[in-house]
Amino acid sequence: MDNINLRGYGPHLIKFIHVTKEYSRPEPALSDVSFHLVKGQFSFLTGHSGSGKSTALRLAHLVERPTHGEVCASGFSSLRTSRRDVWKLRRKVGFVFQDFRLLPGRTALENISFALEVIDSPKKQILPRAQRLLGQVGLAPKAGSWVDELSGGEQQRVAIARALASEPLLLLADEPTGNLDERATRGIIDLFWEINALGMTVLMATHDLELMRQYSSARVLELDEGHLVYDSAKAEPAFAESMRGPDEAPA
Amino acid sequence: MLYTVRETLIAFRRAPLLTGLSAAMVGLALFVVGLFGLATYNVRVYLETLEERVEVVAYLRDDATTADIAAMEGALTMLPEVLWVDFVTKAEALEKARELPEVSEIFTGLDVNPLPASIEIQLRPGNRTPAAADRIAQQAALHSIVEDVEYGQEWVDKLFTLRRMGAVTTTVLGTAFAVVAALIIGTAVRIAIFARREEIKIMQSVGARDGFIHRPFLLEGGITGALGGILAVALTYTTFWSVDYYLFVISWIPWEWAGIGVSFGIAFGVVASGYAVRKHLREV
Repeated sequence: MDNINLRGYGPHLIKFIHVTKEYSRPEPALSDVSFHLVKGQFSFLTGHSGSGKSTALRLAHLVERPTHGEVCASGFSSLRTSRRDVWKLRRKVGFVFQDFRLLPGRTALENISFALEVIDSPKKQILPRAQRLLGQVGLAPKAGSWVDELSGGEQQRVAIARALASEPLLLLADEPTGNLDERATRGIIDLFWEINALGMTVLMATHDLELMRQYSSARVLELDEGHLVYDSAKAEPAFAESMRGPDEAPA
Repeated sequence: MLYTVRETLIAFRRAPLLTGLSAAMVGLALFVVGLFGLATYNVRVYLETLEERVEVVAYLRDDATTADIAAMEGALTMLPEVLWVDFVTKAEALEKARELPEVSEIFTGLDVNPLPASIEIQLRPGNRTPAAADRIAQQAALHSIVEDVEYGQEWVDKLFTLRRMGAVTTTVLGTAFAVVAALIIGTAVRIAIFARREEIKIMQSVGARDGFIHRPFLLEGGITGALGGILAVALTYTTFWSVDYYLFVISWIPWEWAGIGVSFGIAFGVVASGYAVRKHLREV
């Protein structure tokens, strides 16, 4: 996988500035949330179900707009990016879904080729790039397999490869291992770490505490009822201690 | 472009019944427009033949001299609305009356000719209107040798009223059924968007431009409109042929009108699809 060129995007690749998101229910989904991720950072966004994790990712992907405040991702602001230009952000910010969202009736290679076609890739480059992306996620031998012939972990790898098709700077993942067993989960997270090691900024929503303990060097942002209640970048030592595994030395 | 065409064909293959029904409903809606167009065209053709009979007749006094008649003919011929003038003698008027079945009995065997001489004034095409006929009648009446002037005021007025009504009716009904056709296409596109919502979500999430997503639906709408338009022309022609063969002679509309009808079908299809796509894509 190629190293990622992050020149020209400032130190922060994603910023939430006093973000509130309200829906019709009385309690806001997010309430005055502020944080920023620096380039190349790997962060977990955690919290119980309904805490606002998915909402935060949807705002970062400009699927929705904040009710108050501003979200900036890969240089695109929620206040200044029109609906017509959202596609530009989405080519800089990849998204991996919990339910994979692959196209049925197509092979692994065709799913990635479709994404490359959608983002106006030159026709001659589509097939070689799709094959390379599949190779990077370790699925080159499965290029011709239909989507429903792949295991859950393999489908998620294809989804990750598709998210990387536009060579984004930031990768958002909404509970990408939620539907996977332990072994597949480990494989997927390792893949995300490899991608991060090449410079990709990763923000992954998860409620799996064990997972976060295993990757304790990652930053942790915790949401509770829409409020940002913990940020490991500003953490108290006691909490940081609770996040380490039994064999890890203190920071 | 290749993606647009490919995805449109896939959509048609995926839901042939939906496409067929949409095209059929558009075709039926435009068929009604076609029927009114056929009727209006034939009314227009019939009215145009009647218009040729719009003429002003100035009945002359019995003491009109040849010189006065020639002078009047000369003056009327100079008027821009006048195509030609024709002097009909008393004897010629009697001869014409005897040739009319409804009055020949009355005028046959008369010793005295009661009919006056007259000057018949034919108007130029485009000037066979109540207003023009009235102007010429007034000009003719200025001559002292004229006893009376007639141009069938009542039926000329009715003729033009009928023509205006036909045009307005066709326009109103045509617009109404065109709106119906647009609504049908819009609904079909909405169903197509719903059926492909997962694919559209994926396209949006990886960064597809709006145009990339819209184009297959626009093409689909245009093709549905075209198929509907062609069907409407075929049904209208079938109706024309049946009436012409079994009932009475009518004229087929100019083929340019049929072409315009199909073009409108395509245009409505594209516009209706565009509106539906913009409105409903946000709901995906």
